[in-house]
Amino acid sequence: MPVPKTPVQNTITITDDCFLSLCTGGKAQLMKIAIASGKGGTGKTTVAVNLALAIEEVQLFDCDVEEPNCNLFLEFELEPVEEVICLVPEINPDMCTLCRNCSSFCKYNALAALPNKILSFPALCHGCGGCSFVCLAGALKEKPRPIGMIEKASPESSLTFICGTLNIGEAMATPVIRSLQRHIDENRPVIFDSPPGTACPVLSVMGYADYCVLVTESTPFGFHDFLLALEAARALKVPVGVVLNRDGLGDSRVEEFCRAEGIPILLRIPNDKMIARLYSEGTPFVKEMPEWKKKFEDMFETIKALACKNTGV
Amino acid sequence: MKICISACGKDPDSEVDPQFGRCNYFVIIDPDIGSVTSIKNPGSEASGGAGIRAAEAIAGAGVNTLLTGSVGPNSFSILSEAGIETCSGIRGTVAFALREYQAGKLAVLESPNASTHSGIKKS
Repeated sequence: MPVPKTPVQNTITITDDCFLSLCTGGKAQLMKIAIASGKGGTGKTTVAVNLALAIEEVQLFDCDVEEPNCNLFLEFELEPVEEVICLVPEINPDMCTLCRNCSSFCKYNALAALPNKILSFPALCHGCGGCSFVCLAGALKEKPRPIGMIEKASPESSLTFICGTLNIGEAMATPVIRSLQRHIDENRPVIFDSPPGTACPVLSVMGYADYCVLVTESTPFGFHDFLLALEAARALKVPVGVVLNRDGLGDSRVEEFCRAEGIPILLRIPNDKMIARLYSEGTPFVKEMPEWKKKFEDMFETIKALACKNTGV
Repeated sequence: MKICISACGKDPDSEVDPQFGRCNYFVIIDPDIGSVTSIKNPGSEASGGAGIRAAEAIAGAGVNTLLTGSVGPNSFSILSEAGIETCSGIRGTVAFALREYQAGKLAVLESPNASTHSGIKKS
């Protein structure tokens, strides 16, 4: 790890071992960590995959269901677990009284009431079931529509890895993420590789986590989107720590901000040629650079302590 | 014969708005009886499915012909189902667009001419 350009005052030092062991003994085993960022391409998947490989007995969930790419680095054999479905309305025109209750109820505008019939637009339907609830004629039935797939790594894999994929052309990532989260084993720590941005899919991941790691780089774009993601995490009251990726690149704006706000910088991944080369070859760098295993393990211990004390935000 | 024009305002002097799903108003003119009415586009502020709400509204208003600019696949399917003839290429004011239509200068749309969400991109 390179020497930081400026003195870091917000590095975490844990002194109270008794306190730590007291709280990590129970809750930490169930720890759920979301690896997020505002900006895309900051290194979420890199951090999630390397962290998962560094610590043992952890479950890795690829929640970036629009473009799940953890397995590009893991290369596990995947087995189908379940098809994700959305319940969409099916209208029986013989029973429909054209009362328009369904179409005026639908907040997503998935139903249109024409003077002589109701048209449905399944791609816009969020599957809330409200339309069939308000249909007094009983003309609406719900039918399943596949929107995505959940897969898991075969049992002989070195890591418990579960991955969701949204079908091509589908718009709703959140139901796939929700289905994915139903496969969590509550007895072991979880790492979520989150989608980028700050929209519904990200919130469904952050909101399910005990701790949120924001991966960023200290560039104008990286900092801008980091602030958006931070705002989202704070709204959800999830404690936050930062991983500075490509450290040495750009400026020191993220670091200065974190110092002023008391946000811990958990790890710095330098803008290193070897790391970049391994990434380009699809190799998680903890495998080839064993000194990083320890750094990720330390980061995990720090997160456990911080989440337990509920500091960071 | 009710002719509907997607517009920024409520009357014939208003500028047209070529974005069907996201326009502010629909000005509905019946040249046979000389009537002019307008309806607020319920799709203008929808978070999604704007074109669906817009098409539903003008179908409900009993419109025969729509003069607009871009129509996406969802709204086009409703307009076709409702038997509404759709013409594109409007410009200028509502009154000018009507004259252009009456002079046969606007092309009838046979298929959607925009992708979904294209109305969101307007500045």
